[in-house]
Amino acid sequence: MNVLVEVKGLTKAFNGFKLAVDDISFEMYEGEILGLIGPNGAGKTTTLQMLLGLTTPTAGEIRIFGLDIGSAREEILRQVNFSSSYISLPFSLTVEENLTVFSRLYNVKEHKKRIRELLSIFEILDIKDTPTRRLSSGQITRVCLCKALLNNPRILFLDEPTASLDPDIADKTRTLLRAIKKERGLSILYTSHNMKEMEEMCDRLIFMDKGRIIAAGDPESIMKKFGGRSLEEVFIKIARPGQ
Amino acid sequence: MSARSQRILAYTIRHLYLYKRSLPRLMEVFYWPVLDLLVWGFVTVYLSRQGGDLPQFVTFFIGALILWDMLFRSQQGISVSFLEDVWSRNLLNIFVSPLSATEYIFSLLLLSIIKLILTSTVMITLAWFLYQFNIFVMGFSLIPLVANLIVMGWAVGIVTTALILRFGQEAEVLAWGVALLFQPVSAVFYPVAVLPWFLRVIANYIPAAHVFEGMRVVFTTGAFPTKEIVWAAGLNVVYIALSVLFFYWNFKVVKEKGLLAKVGE
Ligand SMILES: Nc1ncnc2c1ncn2[C@@H]1O[C@H](COP(=O)(O)OP(=O)(O)O)[C@@H](O)[C@H]1O
Ligand SMILES: [Mg+2]
Repeated sequence: MNVLVEVKGLTKAFNGFKLAVDDISFEMYEGEILGLIGPNGAGKTTTLQMLLGLTTPTAGEIRIFGLDIGSAREEILRQVNFSSSYISLPFSLTVEENLTVFSRLYNVKEHKKRIRELLSIFEILDIKDTPTRRLSSGQITRVCLCKALLNNPRILFLDEPTASLDPDIADKTRTLLRAIKKERGLSILYTSHNMKEMEEMCDRLIFMDKGRIIAAGDPESIMKKFGGRSLEEVFIKIARPGQ
Repeated sequence: MSARSQRILAYTIRHLYLYKRSLPRLMEVFYWPVLDLLVWGFVTVYLSRQGGDLPQFVTFFIGALILWDMLFRSQQGISVSFLEDVWSRNLLNIFVSPLSATEYIFSLLLLSIIKLILTSTVMITLAWFLYQFNIFVMGFSLIPLVANLIVMGWAVGIVTTALILRFGQEAEVLAWGVALLFQPVSAVFYPVAVLPWFLRVIANYIPAAHVFEGMRVVFTTGAFPTKEIVWAAGLNVVYIALSVLFFYWNFKVVKEKGLLAKVGE
């Protein structure tokens, strides 16, 4: 299998001492959905941000497409994208204007067509000309996902992308992401607090706690290892040690 | 077009859309400068009618008003544009795109020029109609004088942006007030000579102070203010270089501290 992301001994100590990520190593393969799970503060967001070059690691190595994010930032970022529930888009611009700006930033060919295509996939073509400030949070999430797919990325980094969606839309979004993954061989690195979602979505999981990887593998093997009937049970076992 | 210039332009367009969509933003470009020009312009006209012994009082004052606004716009074109992305939680979208920090700065510089042209056109036209003040009587001198004001505005704007990036909301107020901090020592409406000695010392190191001295030389003698322009340009070269270094250094620290995702919180 083709390795897209290779992480070795990755460590982040904020302000010199607080170990948010503590010597983790993992790989991500082409075409897989890899889930990062773990309690709040486990270090998932920090890991994602180091992969995207937003936070500088204290130690360790990150290779994406065999390249180093420090020296080949532009080349890597052209081929990946990111979305999350904690980002948004300029409020005053219409949906189409916002997506046009990002099309240009990513140098997307025939961007008008591409934008329409993505908006119809996410069933939001009708809000094309609506200013972003008038959208519901669920609609904004979907527009952000359209933004994240504009450049036809090879890897999509998603940090709790469904956090602000109602169950129906969240379900639709997951179905869509899986369809896109299948269709284009997209690889996704995914974090979420919704264990059912992770069980359903991810080919492989990395379980983090206090900055360390405590288990990795497909959902079944993780459940087996910790003796839980669901990921949720496993999660609670880990989050409340001694109970 | 190279990928680089394409990205710089893309980010500029993001802000131009904003002006198309947002009446308050568009007003901001025109509202304050026009009000300034009205109030202070008429105050000047009134004072000159009362006193009358200060030659070219109106010219000095209105010229200064217009030029000062250029510096102010140039600074705001940088720091307020950056804030727009903080407010709309769009900063991460920008920084995970292939746009580099350098391209980002260039884009902001381009924006500040566009904003400044818009505002200045309105002010210059209005000054002509209201006070028969024609800024172009300054002739060729106008170009280096204005250029120096713009570059000083850039330097201040870039430093401000770096500080907001680093210290977040607490530093936001700088985007609005920082240029005014330099106004007293920039000798905008009065010659440097009226300042007490310690402020005169500071004024020596303020590019704008040399620009406004130069402006008064042009208005009174019509001569090209070589000395003032050389001083301003020399200082500006140093300041703009330092401001960009300061920005890069802060950007690096912000990435080390993991603050990029937290700006505006
Ligand atoms: N910029 C930062 N400065 C200091 N500590 C941070 C910073 N970002 C995150 N942390 C800390 O690092 C740990 C991991 O955080 P994070 O990666 O956000 O966890 P998760 O996404 O798994 O909830 C937490 O204890 C958090 O408080
Ligand atoms: Mg997180």
